[in-house]
Amino acid sequence: MSRKVSEEVRQRYEVVIGLEVHVQLRTETKIFSSASAAYGAPPNTQVSPLDLGLPGVLPVLNMRAVEFAMKAGFALNCEVREWSRFARKNYFYPDMPKGYQITQFAHPICEHGHLEIARDPAGLQPGGAPPEDAGAPKKVRILRIHMEEDAGKSTHVEGKAHSLVDLNRAGVALIEIVSEPDLRSSDEAVEYLKKLRNIVVYLGISDGNMQEGSFRCDANVSVRPWGQQEFGTRSELKNINSFKFVHDAIDFEVNRQIKRLEKGEAVVQETRLYNPDKGETFSMRTKEESHDYRYFPEPDLPPLIIDAQWMARVKDSLGELPDARRARFEDGLGLSEYDAGVLTDDFLLSQYFSEAVAACPEDAKPSLYKSLANWVINELLARLDGQTGLADVKVRPPQLARLVALIDEDAISGKIAKTVFDEMLESGAEPDTIIEAKGLKQISDTGALGAVIDTLIAENPEPVADYRGGNNNIVGWFVGQVMKATRGQANPKLVNKLLVEKLRGDA
Amino acid sequence: MKNLNKLTIHQLIQAFERAEASAEDAMSQVLDAIESGAEFNAFISVFERDALLQKARDVDAQRAAGKGAQLGALAGVPIAIKDNICTRSGRTTAGSKMLEQFESPYSATVVEKLEAAGAIIVGKTNMDELSMGSSSETSYFGPVRNPWDTERVAGGSSGGSAAALAANQCVASLGTDTGGSIRQPASHCGVVGVKPTYGRVSRYGVVAFASSLDQVGPMTRSVEDAALMLEVLCGEDPCDATSSSRAVPRFRDALTLGVEGLKIGIPAEYQSGEDGLDPQVLGRVRQGVERLVAAGAEVVPVSLPHTEYAIATYYLIATAEASSNLARLDGVRYGLRVPADNLNEMYSKSRAEGFGDEVTRRIILGTYVLSSGYYGQYYDKAQQVRARVQHDFDAVFDKVDVLVTPVAPTAAFKLGEKRDDPLKMYLADIFTISANLAGIPAMSVPCGKTDEGLPVGLQILAPAFDEEMMLRVAAKVEQ
Repeated sequence: MSRKVSEEVRQRYEVVIGLEVHVQLRTETKIFSSASAAYGAPPNTQVSPLDLGLPGVLPVLNMRAVEFAMKAGFALNCEVREWSRFARKNYFYPDMPKGYQITQFAHPICEHGHLEIARDPAGLQPGGAPPEDAGAPKKVRILRIHMEEDAGKSTHVEGKAHSLVDLNRAGVALIEIVSEPDLRSSDEAVEYLKKLRNIVVYLGISDGNMQEGSFRCDANVSVRPWGQQEFGTRSELKNINSFKFVHDAIDFEVNRQIKRLEKGEAVVQETRLYNPDKGETFSMRTKEESHDYRYFPEPDLPPLIIDAQWMARVKDSLGELPDARRARFEDGLGLSEYDAGVLTDDFLLSQYFSEAVAACPEDAKPSLYKSLANWVINELLARLDGQTGLADVKVRPPQLARLVALIDEDAISGKIAKTVFDEMLESGAEPDTIIEAKGLKQISDTGALGAVIDTLIAENPEPVADYRGGNNNIVGWFVGQVMKATRGQANPKLVNKLLVEKLRGDA
Repeated sequence: MKNLNKLTIHQLIQAFERAEASAEDAMSQVLDAIESGAEFNAFISVFERDALLQKARDVDAQRAAGKGAQLGALAGVPIAIKDNICTRSGRTTAGSKMLEQFESPYSATVVEKLEAAGAIIVGKTNMDELSMGSSSETSYFGPVRNPWDTERVAGGSSGGSAAALAANQCVASLGTDTGGSIRQPASHCGVVGVKPTYGRVSRYGVVAFASSLDQVGPMTRSVEDAALMLEVLCGEDPCDATSSSRAVPRFRDALTLGVEGLKIGIPAEYQSGEDGLDPQVLGRVRQGVERLVAAGAEVVPVSLPHTEYAIATYYLIATAEASSNLARLDGVRYGLRVPADNLNEMYSKSRAEGFGDEVTRRIILGTYVLSSGYYGQYYDKAQQVRARVQHDFDAVFDKVDVLVTPVAPTAAFKLGEKRDDPLKMYLADIFTISANLAGIPAMSVPCGKTDEGLPVGLQILAPAFDEEMMLRVAAKVEQ
């Protein structure tokens, strides 16, 4: 079953992928009730009469969720609708207490957006002429974003006659972001998901945590021979909860579908699940077995009407998004593409760096930012253990900026700075305070250093004679001696300059 | 003082204020009437006697202490409420075996409002199962009998609330109206019954039948009482997104304005013998209209051309919504659960055993109406017709102030007469359904009796949110 088709066969087919992403919104309360939406509480402790589906309860829309959905819409270049409405999706399941899910169907809040991603050359036709815009980012069209409520959680206990239901999650606000089938490889799918996740985290509308289920993906996958106009029959891969699994599940599915087609068998339209242990997908239900959801407009909620002023306010409040921040780091601060990438791929890190940048002097040179980026990437990240996240680090961004500025000003050497930094991580103290208290300030006083050098020259006639005999390498030995005498605090550049002058006898 | 339980709210409050009667006596007499009139089967549950009397004594004590002015408008008034309205104490069954043991952890907004106004809720009234019926015969707890003739139905689905009031087992009551469920039993039992504009009264805590049609309303002995009850019940509720933010007027002020110069529309479609309209009923309604004409109103013949589609439209929309609203009654979290080997079997068995025939019939119909491939031709089409029905009313209310029609084609029919013929039963609502489709206010006001001595109601329909106009006309019909 898991045997792979040859690369030659594989390349005869175009892969077509569309993604449906469920994003849990970080609202304090649920989308239609006042129960807390926080994750991780003991089972069934965050449940209102509405979440329990009691008789007589009515939904009241959480406007914060609407604001978050609008933000997602604007960030993904959608048309945000002034008028949208909710619908009921009817099906029976124990973790769906009302017997229907309130969602948006015919009239979603956002439509017709797009997200730009890097194009994967592997998704292009082998040997075919590359498209004119092959070098440009690829626009993945977004069909719609709609709002809905999450279901509860069922736990099926092996060997037991019953299942357990936790309704804490029932009613948590979700948006579903539906792409057009524009993705052409598993790598593109993952690239799209990573960018999408980064955007919702930057917007502050979701924590984007895949393990906790706040960012979940369904993938619609089909294949077709290159050149064929119609899409192949697709399968829907449900609820994949990591980027790697998305990648592997799509690759498995592509291989499976191609094998069927090569054998002259049809692909069946069905919903499939991914088993990460086996690295395989398996059928959950076929189209014939699928539910008839009997959608109809939710009569308990009036249409959602968003006034133009509110919409404008939300549009203006998006903040800096990942692509813009990355461009600013590269073009505005002069960082390398790599550094800008690392510093924007994680929202908290990018915030940390941004705050540090904001604390730098206004006339700072690009070298200072480069140095700051190095400190964040190489020193700060290296010192974070699993326990301490960026939010808990005692060194706050302005303190790190100050430390880097001190190096830049030659107030301390890079080597001393690392000692100071360790102390800062430990105590949270200001770098200036530590330098002051420990007397670590670099000695840049010509007179003081001159005196040290004069003594050295007087006490070491042999190396001096060596130097004057033409052995320039002996300067290094003198530098070491000066550093030793000043406990490493001497300004190395100044030491070099003074040594050369004095050894030559210029001064 | 005797017969306190037969007074209107206004008479009773006056008697309290003049210290001619106590709330305790009124409550005691109401409870006695409930006991002696058990044959009407108007209540599914009655709250504990001692607790009710204590509440009444508390009101009396307040008055005696000179704090009468601080009491609410309904202080000490015994009120019965339909058993599909949730109360934190006791059971809320909605007339169904499915909810026979159900205890709500919260009270409906209307209950909170009544209690805040000082009303004392005596019990929960019998009704057609989950409000599905026009005779209160589909109740799991047995049919309600009409106090005017116990061989006849009280109407439905709020039959218990109407019968309890007619039998002096409360001083006012609450019903719910999805297609006539307040007005038709009010007509059959000789009391006033109001279905307010959709959105006027919160639906929070009301076991839903058809969400876009349901509305809570009062049943009372006088138009003035109805106006007072509406003042208490109406208003925006943050728990009900479909409730209206419109200001609630002091409805009672409209009652004395008279009808001089008002235009009373008489729809041609509501007088046809083809609908099984009893000539006696039509005769009493015409007498009511004559009283309005005598008081200076003008009669204007009008037409509501889409009336003939109203019943079909209603049964598509109402059943569709009901099939979804009742899905939560699945035996998983509360309500009846019949043990079974697997989940689907548990669902089927619980629902098969928990629901009666009429409810089952409507769930199946509603599920079909919404199903893939039929949605367009049934549900969607019904919504289009509904818009036409609404437009009919909009157009007519450009010309007239109110419409007057019969409430029901006949006076109360015999128990069992229509039980086995659902279509015949559905026609009982032919004159009341359109108001729900249009969302406009409508009410039943008594306008005489048939030769057999059965009460007949006259229906007044008014433009959306113009309950004042409706009540103003009703006050004249009543006199």
